[in-house]
Amino acid sequence: MTAQDVAAPKAHGYDWTAIIKDLIGTAIVSLLIMVPMVAYKSVITQYSLVLVSRWTEVFVILALILGTRLAMHLFVWNRAPSPVHASAKPAGPAKASLSERIGPWVFPVLVAFAVTLPFIFHFERRPIDLGIYILTYVMLAWGLNIVVGLAGLLDLGYVAFYAVGAYAYALLSTVYFPYWFGDGIVPWAFYITLPIAGLLAACWGVILGFPVLRLRGDYLAIVTLAFGEIIRLVLINWFSFTNGPQGIEVPKATFFGLPFKAGPGGFADFFGIQHDRIYYYMFLYYVILMLALLTYFVTNRLRRLPIGRAWEALREDEIACRSLGINTTNTKLTAFAIGAMFGGFAGCFFATRQGFVSPESFVFIESAIILAIVVLGGLGSQIGIVFAAIAIMGSFEMFRELSVFQEYLPEGTDPVHFRMLAVGLAMVLMMRFRPRGFVTRRQPTVFLKERKAVSGDLVKEGHG
Amino acid sequence: MATANKTPVLSVEHVTMRFGGLTAVSDLSFEAYPNEITALIGPNGAGKTTVFNCITGFYKPTEGKIALRHADGKEFLLERMDDFRIAQHARVARTFQNIRLFSGMTVLENLMVAQHNKLMLASGYTIGGIFGSGHYRRSEKAAIDLCKAWLEKVRLIDRADDPAGDLPYGDQRRLEIARAMCTEPRLLCLDEPAAGLNPRESEELNKLLRAIRSENDVSILLIEHDMSVVMGISDHIVVLDYGQKISDGTPHHVKTDPAVIRAYLGVDEEEEEKDALAAKAVAEALGDQA
Repeated sequence: MTAQDVAAPKAHGYDWTAIIKDLIGTAIVSLLIMVPMVAYKSVITQYSLVLVSRWTEVFVILALILGTRLAMHLFVWNRAPSPVHASAKPAGPAKASLSERIGPWVFPVLVAFAVTLPFIFHFERRPIDLGIYILTYVMLAWGLNIVVGLAGLLDLGYVAFYAVGAYAYALLSTVYFPYWFGDGIVPWAFYITLPIAGLLAACWGVILGFPVLRLRGDYLAIVTLAFGEIIRLVLINWFSFTNGPQGIEVPKATFFGLPFKAGPGGFADFFGIQHDRIYYYMFLYYVILMLALLTYFVTNRLRRLPIGRAWEALREDEIACRSLGINTTNTKLTAFAIGAMFGGFAGCFFATRQGFVSPESFVFIESAIILAIVVLGGLGSQIGIVFAAIAIMGSFEMFRELSVFQEYLPEGTDPVHFRMLAVGLAMVLMMRFRPRGFVTRRQPTVFLKERKAVSGDLVKEGHG
Repeated sequence: MATANKTPVLSVEHVTMRFGGLTAVSDLSFEAYPNEITALIGPNGAGKTTVFNCITGFYKPTEGKIALRHADGKEFLLERMDDFRIAQHARVARTFQNIRLFSGMTVLENLMVAQHNKLMLASGYTIGGIFGSGHYRRSEKAAIDLCKAWLEKVRLIDRADDPAGDLPYGDQRRLEIARAMCTEPRLLCLDEPAAGLNPRESEELNKLLRAIRSENDVSILLIEHDMSVVMGISDHIVVLDYGQKISDGTPHHVKTDPAVIRAYLGVDEEEEEKDALAAKAVAEALGDQA
């Protein structure tokens, strides 16, 4: 029963019979759904199970539905096709669109905002924490973007590399470094482990890559998903090595050897300032900002190198790549390894920020969220990913704050539980209105006269 | 033939390709000579593209040997090499029957991807490139110059910064040839380059192919249905039918070969009956002798 079919042809004046028929139909369908779900509610009293009827609610909802539907009929569906849509878009070098004119300014403005964020919010802990949280996901999504967005390989187990990085830091800083080099090394462990964590994750990327690169599309996605789960299950079950589900306490990062603590020898003491916990959070914030920017610039650089062009060519057409002499296996492996490396960096940072790692943090839903950020941002677009990360992670955090809703919700439900529902809804809406993400245009990596963005319709998503 | 005393650049020897029970190519042998245009023709389903896929490594032939020789005497056994190694080392480039451009990348980027191996080496396998080494920057500039030269030859220089997927069909065909040529091949395999072109465009294609042959050290192997292209530019034609070679020679020789005419136009029933009777008679005679 699509309303467009019924009422659309009438540009002016309303076809009331059709509208009323449609409203009756809507009412029937709504009642069919609502009577079993809303009209009766079972309540357990002290003695028995009682059926409580809620017909008032049913009629309120029904009135809302019919009112909206009627409003849609009157104001939306009967509109004649607007002349803007009907006429073809002006061809040729028309005035650059708004997005193209502001395009080059978006990134500098974002960076400037990110750098000054602690100052803008007067060194409050809450926004800085949120900044760290979002930037971690921006970095992870930028890393995954290399694999999914550029090389077109669907990776559902990206969190495995995040876990490798986090556990690399946890194990090296608590067990192996003190054992090999003595306890004096521990304050420096973060700086030494960071590159090692990246390297280890890259190695795991290659190890995962070898067996799966023959697979394509869905099969590749399933194997990467399984790989993510294997890493997590190993972390849970290899008790003697990883301490299993109990996790590992991890030393906090230091400012190049200066711990953030009150009293002599600490960061505040060294610089002669008042000790405040906020310095530690600001330090973490700037560390993740630097790491994220490193990811951004390295990826951008790689895109302009032959390897990056080969990744994108691979996404466009693998067979053509092979016919041009590109070793597609190696190209895919480098994409996996470099994407994994950034995941490893982020994991190392995550471990030191949390001060604790356990397999709980590396469940499949994390991979799914990172992938959702990449897809929502627009495959291959780094700026889009920033906005997607802010939208998704920000909305997650928002749900934590929504205690206002608490009184309207049934007892025992927490608004936090609705966050996945909201993300799901957002995804559905996005697929309907912007199926290729926030930023769909692809910037070419090299040009002769002018840099013209490539329309998203021409860019392929890759086949795995 | 005038070419008989030259060493062939490509020799296909007794190549058979079977897919399960189907024999797509059976015991095929032919040769292609340096700086010549060799055309591979035949009715639909004759196995031409299968031969191409064997030469370029996309299929491994069931039997037989495919050898490619460079002018400096290096020899490659293509049936033993991976497809991308054939393109990289033996320098065989190809185009596809259904165009396979990187449609979301610009025309210039398409040609840059074709120079991947050269640039990869120049960028020190990415490490030098990341740090912006001068050597890489010079090589990239040289690569762009090569792209420009090819874009001028195929008259696409004005569209260099447009996405390849936006080009009209004929331009896409020419771009694919330019992209293959940017790999600096010794053997260029073109799979139906004139398919879908109008007469004016195929005339232009003829000119382009002749220019490519005379200005570059390259031999061309061509699959084509458009006889105006085939007869106009080929030095040597190999005719396939049902996976077997039925004729091989100059355009003139092939044009008058009765086997070719039979394959293309069919034989009328009367003649077929006569053939059948003759065969029966021979069989009987042989049977009597036994």
